[in-house]
Amino acid sequence: MTRPDHVGPGLGFTFDGRRIHHRPGQTVGAALVEHDILAWRTTRHDGRPRGLFCGIGVCFDCLVTVDGIPNQRACVVLADEVEEITTQSGSGHDRLALRDPADD
Amino acid sequence: MAADASPFEVLCNILLSIAPMARGRGVITRSEKGERMGRVVVIGAGIVGAACTWYAAHAGWEVVLVDRGRPGAGTTSRGEGNLLVSDKGDGPELDLMRLSRRLWLELGDHLGRDRLELDEKGGLVVATSDAGLAGLRTFAAGQRAAGVDAIDVATAGDLRRLEPLLSDRLPGGVLYPEDLQVQPVLAADALVAGARQRGASTRFGVEVEGAVTSGGRLTGVRLVGGEVLGADAVVNAAGTWGGEVGVRLGAPIPVLPRRGFILVTEPVGPLVRHKVYTAEYVDNVASNDAALQTSTVVESTRGGTILIGASRERVGYDAGMSPKVVARLAAGAVEIFPFLRRVDLLRVYRGFRPYCPDHLPVIGPDPRVPGVIHACGHEGAGIGLAAATGYLVARYLDGGPMPDEVPVSAFVPDRFAEVSV
Repeated sequence: MTRPDHVGPGLGFTFDGRRIHHRPGQTVGAALVEHDILAWRTTRHDGRPRGLFCGIGVCFDCLVTVDGIPNQRACVVLADEVEEITTQSGSGHDRLALRDPADD
Repeated sequence: MAADASPFEVLCNILLSIAPMARGRGVITRSEKGERMGRVVVIGAGIVGAACTWYAAHAGWEVVLVDRGRPGAGTTSRGEGNLLVSDKGDGPELDLMRLSRRLWLELGDHLGRDRLELDEKGGLVVATSDAGLAGLRTFAAGQRAAGVDAIDVATAGDLRRLEPLLSDRLPGGVLYPEDLQVQPVLAADALVAGARQRGASTRFGVEVEGAVTSGGRLTGVRLVGGEVLGADAVVNAAGTWGGEVGVRLGAPIPVLPRRGFILVTEPVGPLVRHKVYTAEYVDNVASNDAALQTSTVVESTRGGTILIGASRERVGYDAGMSPKVVARLAAGAVEIFPFLRRVDLLRVYRGFRPYCPDHLPVIGPDPRVPGVIHACGHEGAGIGLAAATGYLVARYLDGGPMPDEVPVSAFVPDRFAEVSV
């Protein structure tokens, strides 16, 4: 499978509101590191910074919220499939504790 | 140690009087009280073997705990760590569980509740239909008559006060405040460490090949490779593999594997407060059907993940993945906790419960090979029943007395008329 090697105006995503351009086929994690962004999550218990560690989808250290869905691995999510990346703290699921009317 | 001495104590006395060598080999030792005590080999370092080792060591026995793998690596690491009275109707297993509950709370106080992740979270059984609720209420009434704390939860609103994220569509349930949870691997580890402080020793990575007997009585076990561990008694605490170990010891018992899957979600925090399960779970546990059965069991862990069970099927030791089971368990969990639709699964694990045809554990001396004591076959209740099992095994080693509140004869291996393996 080949991927069109174009660079167009749509090739990019927002990271906490900041515009990040990326290359075709690049992962979110690779694009962030290329922009010197090395940490984008804090741990659940001690609030310590985390970014890429294994880089191959195994360690779950590089979690980000992708288009509103938390706990996605930045190292395996393809950048051209996302629009909005946000950093997450803790489990990324604080809103779950509030009952969603859609569930009733 | 007079007129009421057990056969084992009598044997110890005979050994001491006619075989001074025994002392030299260290087979007969002395407890702090100066009584003659013997050496016990416990086979299997899961939660049950760990509890047997703990209680036997505290009774003054010289215990050697052996396992072919690492402590807690078998079925102990494949469950949720439930200590349930809620799923047991009036009968011997409930009596055993109520003793075990008291012993677990004592162990928690002794070893440190945080260290075991011992949590008095309580169980909440929910019905998914009006008919199911009627059946659940009848079951709970029988338990109440037997002394179990079982509180009717009348409406969906009352359920929501206990579990804010439960579905609005559930008609009611029953709350069981006595249900507990532990982290089984931590608990097994703590029991083994505590027993070692009382002189127990451990041999991991060794496999028992057979019994060494003299005059029909066990005098030790032979390991694969030929080494012999001298013993006055051996405890078969091999869990699901207790059937195979029984065969090797010349004392077969009918223990078979019953596979179960558990799904693990991404960490979300303590959003589920109790162990929550559907009323069908009790029927599934009691069933003898070999085909796949599922019911819904949901609970949070200290680590923030949510565990989702429970499936039962008899497929031998087939450890393969089953997308069908995973899908059914996930759908069941979303039915009672709709928020789980927005939560990802991290992984799935599975294990093999030690299943006995009459759903009772095998605890007690084997009449065919004097010196063999079984302590296995607890199916899905092994974590909960481990403390009482260890306690009973130590009393059998001592020659009594057995606790009045437990009908121990319900668990003895003699109940299997003929075992063909």
